[in-house]
Amino acid sequence: MTTTDNTMLEVRDIKRDYELPGGLFKPKKIIHAVKGVSFKLERGKTLAIVGESGCGKSTLARMLTFIDEPTAGELIIDGEKIDTRPGHLTAEMRQKVQIVFQNPYGSLNPRQKIGDVLGEPLLINTKMSSAERRDRANEMLVKVGLGPEHYNRYPHMFSGGQRQRIAIARALMLNPKLLVLDEPVSALDLSVQAQVLNLLADLQDEFGLTYVFISHDLSVVRYIADEVMVMYFGEAVEYGTREEVFSDPKHEYTRTLFAATPRADVESIRARIARKKAATAA
Amino acid sequence: MALLQIDNLTVEFETASGWFRAVDGVSLSVEKGEVLAIVGESGSGKSVAMLAVMGLLPWTAKITADRMLFEGRDIRNISPAERRKLIGKDIAMIFQEPIASLNPCFTVGFQIEEVLRIHLGLDRQARRARAIELFRQVGLPNPEERLNHFPHQMSGGQCQRVMIAIAIACNPKLLIADEPTTALDVTIQKQILDLLMSLQAKNGMGLIMITHDMGVVAETADRVVVQYKGKKMEEADVLSLFENPKSNYTKALLAALPENATGDRLTTVSAFFEGAPEAAETRA
Amino acid sequence: MADTINDIDSSPEVLSSAALRRQMFKEFWFYFSENRGAVIGLFVFIALVLVAIFAPLIAPHSPFQQYRDAVLLPPAWLEGGNTSYLLGTDPVGRDILSRLIYGSQYSLFIGVFVTTLSLTSGILIGVIAGYYRGWIDTAIMRLMDIILAFPSLLLALVLVAILGPGLTNGMIAIALVLQPHFVRLTRAAVMAEKTRDYVTAARLAGAGPLRLMFRTILPNCTAPLIVQATLSFSNAILDAAALGFLGMGAQPPAPEWGTMLAEAREFILRAWWVVTFPGLAILITVLAINLMGDGLRDALDPKLKRS
Repeated sequence: MTTTDNTMLEVRDIKRDYELPGGLFKPKKIIHAVKGVSFKLERGKTLAIVGESGCGKSTLARMLTFIDEPTAGELIIDGEKIDTRPGHLTAEMRQKVQIVFQNPYGSLNPRQKIGDVLGEPLLINTKMSSAERRDRANEMLVKVGLGPEHYNRYPHMFSGGQRQRIAIARALMLNPKLLVLDEPVSALDLSVQAQVLNLLADLQDEFGLTYVFISHDLSVVRYIADEVMVMYFGEAVEYGTREEVFSDPKHEYTRTLFAATPRADVESIRARIARKKAATAA
Repeated sequence: MALLQIDNLTVEFETASGWFRAVDGVSLSVEKGEVLAIVGESGSGKSVAMLAVMGLLPWTAKITADRMLFEGRDIRNISPAERRKLIGKDIAMIFQEPIASLNPCFTVGFQIEEVLRIHLGLDRQARRARAIELFRQVGLPNPEERLNHFPHQMSGGQCQRVMIAIAIACNPKLLIADEPTTALDVTIQKQILDLLMSLQAKNGMGLIMITHDMGVVAETADRVVVQYKGKKMEEADVLSLFENPKSNYTKALLAALPENATGDRLTTVSAFFEGAPEAAETRA
Repeated sequence: MADTINDIDSSPEVLSSAALRRQMFKEFWFYFSENRGAVIGLFVFIALVLVAIFAPLIAPHSPFQQYRDAVLLPPAWLEGGNTSYLLGTDPVGRDILSRLIYGSQYSLFIGVFVTTLSLTSGILIGVIAGYYRGWIDTAIMRLMDIILAFPSLLLALVLVAILGPGLTNGMIAIALVLQPHFVRLTRAAVMAEKTRDYVTAARLAGAGPLRLMFRTILPNCTAPLIVQATLSFSNAILDAAALGFLGMGAQPPAPEWGTMLAEAREFILRAWWVVTFPGLAILITVLAINLMGDGLRDALDPKLKRS
């Protein structure tokens, strides 16, 4: 039983089909966005899901956070099987999983003050007084590296990195156990990206959070992940620990992906310049 | 003589809260057959500087420069008609969003032939032959058939290939690529970068690569200009920039790369700015 | 963690809500004031509001008092004019200036009433259509298409004919005719906003449909609605004047501008001032409000903001 105890998230053969409505003379078309993906994730660990656009990684994220309903398959979170049919989801279950979106400019309501952004989940789900909510929001602002002086401001007064901090704070307001991060740093500048990744690592240590980290950037994945899953056209073509996947990729696509990633180390620059010299000399 | 030489370029915009300086006294030059990368984060003014060279900024922008020479010719105050002759022919540009950069109402064949007609004055048959040749050069399969396609029928990578074909249609002496692969997947990015590099080497044109991605810089550039908040922080050839960065900002950028992580936390930019004069105003 | 917070504004000053609002207003005014026509429109409109409020103080005469000894007097600066009737008198001896001043009360009231009515009902219907989609949306939008398929004045006329002539019925009819524009605008804005991540985030926090519709989405759809509201304000005044002119709106002796025009119809050739001044009043009011609407769009619509 010890192994099951430590499993935070288990996904069994999960599938999602989209139906494209047919026209007058066109038959309906079914698109298999996710074609049966299974994995297990331990408490406090990070699973990175890597893939290029259209590989189904965002659809998977939306199913894990109950935004979309899976066509088939099972979802077991914290030892409980989830009934994902609309209306059957308990508020308690929903609070266990939260998401951080890719685009920090679209994920915050432009007409809502930061304090209200953070207070809203509490207002809806708890009976806290407004003073308590304010305290909790201020506490969380400090935790993500902002401060109480930001409570009354609107999202447009913040930079992209700051907004992503706010989005992370909002996701943490209900004390979730599982955080799905859908490309949380790919819209950010390099220096800000480093700060947000550090923040995520700090928060994981502090709250014992489990992360599902969706990304297309292999260098970020290599840094943050414990386990890696590579998706290609709705299928998981590679799944294993970070060391396994990066040192010995099994699937042809994974190798292509690694080869295509630009390298910023001195040796490869030297090699490139040498190649260029040889080409011009010839 | 440098292909493009800019001295002390400043670009300002008027906003609700006064004048905003997007580019602040930047000087740079590109030689023939050289790949110059301008690297910087958002708000560093890297795109604005090049748009100013192309004369593509809105009228609210105030552009000043001590010198702005293209092949020794002053392009600060040339007439719009002359500028039109220059742009698209001798200087070409490709942008970040390939699908948005093509006119959705016309076939890609029409759009490339339009450039050939305006700048080279070729007749119909010569245009078509040249368009097919160009499509073949940028590695589009079935070029004859492709000419009749609309942008929405192609993927992002294919659209970027079309954009490159249009850009090199008149054998430009200088190609400015503004984040040409940012919107594309890594495997496609690799193909597009390889294509750009091989075309650059073959045609011997100058190439300015605007990017935020240190990986792209490492894979393409001969020389690098690092910009931050409209100011030039450093200029160096690519190897010495990565091996031995001079400015604190470049050091910080390189340290923030996840692949250069030491220990279980990344080094952030501010750690480098500790005590540096810029530290006081590092609000993004 | 001190080294991780460099992208944060470290300025110690805490912005109060009042200061925030002032700053936002300053920015709004910057974009609004770039449009000179809009500023002129705004001042004309403010003047009009003041005139309407202080009508009893400004007007030299009662709008209903008939001076039998001064019928159809020309304006004061013409031969035969009288300085106590600055813009002349109408066929039964009422002072035109006073009637115009009191008429502004009618016009503004019509504008406010019609706009409020069509705005609230239009937003309500539009939000429901845009949020739920499906058959509700189809049903609502086809109904709106039917309303829009009629020439608006004709439809208003028919409605007034059914409800009976009078200012209140006229205003209700005009509100009904103008309301599909709000429905369409709201629906389009709601549909666009509904797919944004912040709405999904609110849903994940457990927000119900009512909260999502009116607290989360609607506040982000206000900019185009404000612009449309100003335009329908002037439309309402225009339509009400037309109804009045056709005898279906405000009934005599009310000094409503359209009704004044109708009463003076037969004197157009003999006494130009009885029709010119009410006409000018309508023209200036509508023009001012439309100019103001243009400026509002420039200031509120980020798509049109330059650079």
